[in-house]
Amino acid sequence: MTDPVLSIRDLCVEIPTRTGVVKPVDGVSYDIAKGEILGVVGESGAGKSMAGNAIIGLLNRPAHISGGEIWLNGHRIDTLKGDRVRRLRGKEIGMVFQDPLTSLNPLLSIGDQLAETMMTHLPISRAEAHNRAIAALKEVGIPGAAERIGSYPHEFSGGMRQRVVIALALCAEPSLVIADEPTTALDVSVQAQIISLLKQLCRERGTAIMLITHDMGVIAEAADRVAVMYAGRLAELGPVRDVLTQPQHPYTHGLMASTPLAAQKQRRLHQIPGAMPRLDQMPEGCAFHPRCPHAQEKCRHAPLPATATAGGRAACWFPLLAEAAQ
Amino acid sequence: MLAFIIRRIGQSILVLLIVGLVAFSMFRFVGDPIDNMLGQERTIEDVERLRSQLGLDQPFPVQYFRFLQGAAQGNFGVSYRQGRPVSEIIRERAPATLELAAVSGIFAIVFGIALGVMTAIRRNGVAANAIMATSLIGVSLPTFLIGILLIYLFSVELGWLPSFGRGETVRLGDWWTTGFLTESGLKALILPAITLGLYQMTLIMRLVRSEMLDVLRQDYIRFAHARGLKGRVINFRHALKNTMVPVVTVIGLQLGAIIAFAIITETVFQWPGVGLLFINAIQFVDIPVMAAYLMLISVMFVGINLIVDILYIFIDPRLRADRSGAH
Amino acid sequence: MTDAPLPATAKAREKGRWERFRESDFFYAFKRSPVALVSFGVVSVLVLSAIFAPLIAPTNPFDPASLDLMNGFTPPMEPNAFTGSSFLMGTDDQGRDVFSTILYGMRISLFVGAAAVLFAMVLGIVMGLISGYFGGWADTVIMRVADVQLTFPSILVAMLIFGIAKGVTPIEYRDQMAIWVLILAIGLSDWVQFARVVRGATLVEKNKDYVAAARLIGRSPWAIMTRHILPNALSPVLVIATISLALAIIAEATLSFLGVGAPPTQPSLGTLIRIGQGFLFSGEWWILFFPACTLLALALSVNMLGDWLRDALNPRLR
Repeated sequence: MTDPVLSIRDLCVEIPTRTGVVKPVDGVSYDIAKGEILGVVGESGAGKSMAGNAIIGLLNRPAHISGGEIWLNGHRIDTLKGDRVRRLRGKEIGMVFQDPLTSLNPLLSIGDQLAETMMTHLPISRAEAHNRAIAALKEVGIPGAAERIGSYPHEFSGGMRQRVVIALALCAEPSLVIADEPTTALDVSVQAQIISLLKQLCRERGTAIMLITHDMGVIAEAADRVAVMYAGRLAELGPVRDVLTQPQHPYTHGLMASTPLAAQKQRRLHQIPGAMPRLDQMPEGCAFHPRCPHAQEKCRHAPLPATATAGGRAACWFPLLAEAAQ
Repeated sequence: MLAFIIRRIGQSILVLLIVGLVAFSMFRFVGDPIDNMLGQERTIEDVERLRSQLGLDQPFPVQYFRFLQGAAQGNFGVSYRQGRPVSEIIRERAPATLELAAVSGIFAIVFGIALGVMTAIRRNGVAANAIMATSLIGVSLPTFLIGILLIYLFSVELGWLPSFGRGETVRLGDWWTTGFLTESGLKALILPAITLGLYQMTLIMRLVRSEMLDVLRQDYIRFAHARGLKGRVINFRHALKNTMVPVVTVIGLQLGAIIAFAIITETVFQWPGVGLLFINAIQFVDIPVMAAYLMLISVMFVGINLIVDILYIFIDPRLRADRSGAH
Repeated sequence: MTDAPLPATAKAREKGRWERFRESDFFYAFKRSPVALVSFGVVSVLVLSAIFAPLIAPTNPFDPASLDLMNGFTPPMEPNAFTGSSFLMGTDDQGRDVFSTILYGMRISLFVGAAAVLFAMVLGIVMGLISGYFGGWADTVIMRVADVQLTFPSILVAMLIFGIAKGVTPIEYRDQMAIWVLILAIGLSDWVQFARVVRGATLVEKNKDYVAAARLIGRSPWAIMTRHILPNALSPVLVIATISLALAIIAEATLSFLGVGAPPTQPSLGTLIRIGQGFLFSGEWWILFFPACTLLALALSVNMLGDWLRDALNPRLR
């Protein structure tokens, strides 16, 4: 992991509300290396998408970055303003949204949308952009790319549209792609195709991917490393095989036990009791302690170590590794 | 696509038939047409002759059909009050109303769209907020008060512009008279046109703004931002085009409304148009003029709606069904 | 694991209605919005002074005995040259106190506006319930009529209805009936929106299980519609009613101004402005100015209140 593409340190996002300031992202740090796929998992509201939006500079007001640093290819980007952030988007960082049905402008042909993106970032002519657009569509596996270049989004199926979205995200050859739940809105049969397409394109180009999802199956399929988020904080970070097979954080453990994939042999799926705390009602100490079967006095009060404690990957006072060793 | 247009034309004809029925019922049942046309001194023969001349002795559907037939040929009978054919009176006055409506409509559309886009893009700016606050007053203000206010300012106090009438007009062709070609005609047009257009302008502006804000929240706009497109491109190429889809319908309706609202402006400025004619017709219960006005304005409304529907097809590729694809 | 806290709704239920209202988001937003507070204040003052006009007004402008032609054209706050009387807002050509005519005129404007909206609301709710609940040909007919009517601006529809009604009324009753004809005309021109909203809510609710259950235990369609379905449409109906009130007041003023509304014997604000416009060039500005300002304040504050209410009750915008 020399020279990471993306490196975030102690990232905090705040939203001022009527009742006070909430922190949907609270002190998160991780790196993504060239050609690596980092899976970011967690329940909805855990702050995964918010972190992605913060990186690409698309937080909706009044949400804003309130602390920490974001580095891209050795340059600090969280302090950039206005047009310089805009130039980064698409060119250095591509993004894929959840719903391909709403991500494309219904009134412009996909060729137009591809060409305008490339012409914004690359010094090429309209004719060349047109040719490259066809090539980009071919690359993402759209059959008859040359004929379909003038088609409108509504003329494609959901899976095909997501391929177009991926082509759009990759067409200016960014070094990082943030894929925010790229398969959630798709049919199950199409999900695997889209994941393997993403994986293949990034391997070929060495693009780093931040794959945001709540689906452990997608993580197991695609990711190299995985970051588990809970209530805005990083719960566990490590190589995908280790985290999935030997989770150290009690939350990850609960998550794995409640996923059909890992729990095939069990009769009933495990449930984590309770629900994730609301952001304006965060408990003191470890955010997970009200639901944690192993919680002790220390968890209720002592502020957590920002990342892993000694001897483990998890941000937990009593990682499960130690327990298993006893 | 062709089926869509044909269906729309069918609906339009249905609307016209219903309106025709209303107009005809007015003519037939509100007051007695015979009473209204013949004075106090009349003989039974006169009444009978007029009755059969007007076809009032025929069964209702036949009368209705005849009425429609007449209306289609521009024959709406004779004004009770003026004793002249209604079609003649309307033709005399139509140019005044149409010229006023055209100028107001262009004013409303151009400024409405421009200000709407501006206030949507700079929605937290001082200027945008000031415009929005003013526009709320503009929507709440009754048109006639705006007219009176303008008269007070520019005619009474400053004495710059005339407060009533059309100024000098020039005859073009057979029956068209225009105020566009004389200085006094153009001057006379300014205040009425602003009065008439202001309300529609604020309406269009507020609609464009709210639709645009709605569009700006859409995923594809976020995605366009994520693709690094320039703000100008996103606002005008992506957002404005999507905004126009719903806005075009309303603009169409507003153009029709302008012709109807001209009634008010024409009364304030004593503008010799069809609206003033209609108001006088209501005051004196001149049914043939009312019926004719109703029919004419319906034809215009329906026509504009039809044009808007067809325009839609050009704006929105989703409606161009002839390009079949995966749906 | 700790015990789940008491749900918030259970706590709220222990409190009184008023207290719950005071703690609601709605009331919070109201307190925080200067626009809402000011317009609510203006509307209250105007409505109260219209209701208590006979107590507030210095003279009764419709009582010929109280009028003195010598007082004619007295400017505001200046003693009359002949009689020495002074008037807050001056007098008109017949020596009527403008302040009093405004108070009485506002009564007519508000009465016509409120009655027309009430009429439109009742008609719209009934039509909406019928067309949504029963569907079929009733629905088709009602919605077709609504569509056709919606093609035209409501002021035009109101004028037309006014004209027809006037034609039907015998000449000797025309002035007397004018106010009621006006209510009918404005009400009929404005029912469509109510009907559409109620119909929409009805279509959504009627397929829900509790309505099916109510039907199974044999409740009458009328009871189901009023007890179960209607409450769901209440907040949009309220918003439309407020906005309609502003529109109805303006519509009334416009019609009266055009001479096809309230007659000079029962002048509303619009009629007063129509009268006042005649003195615009001769310098008696107050005969026009004060009624116009009153109408403006009334229309503007009701409109702003309606606008604010729509934003506050529309969860999509929050």
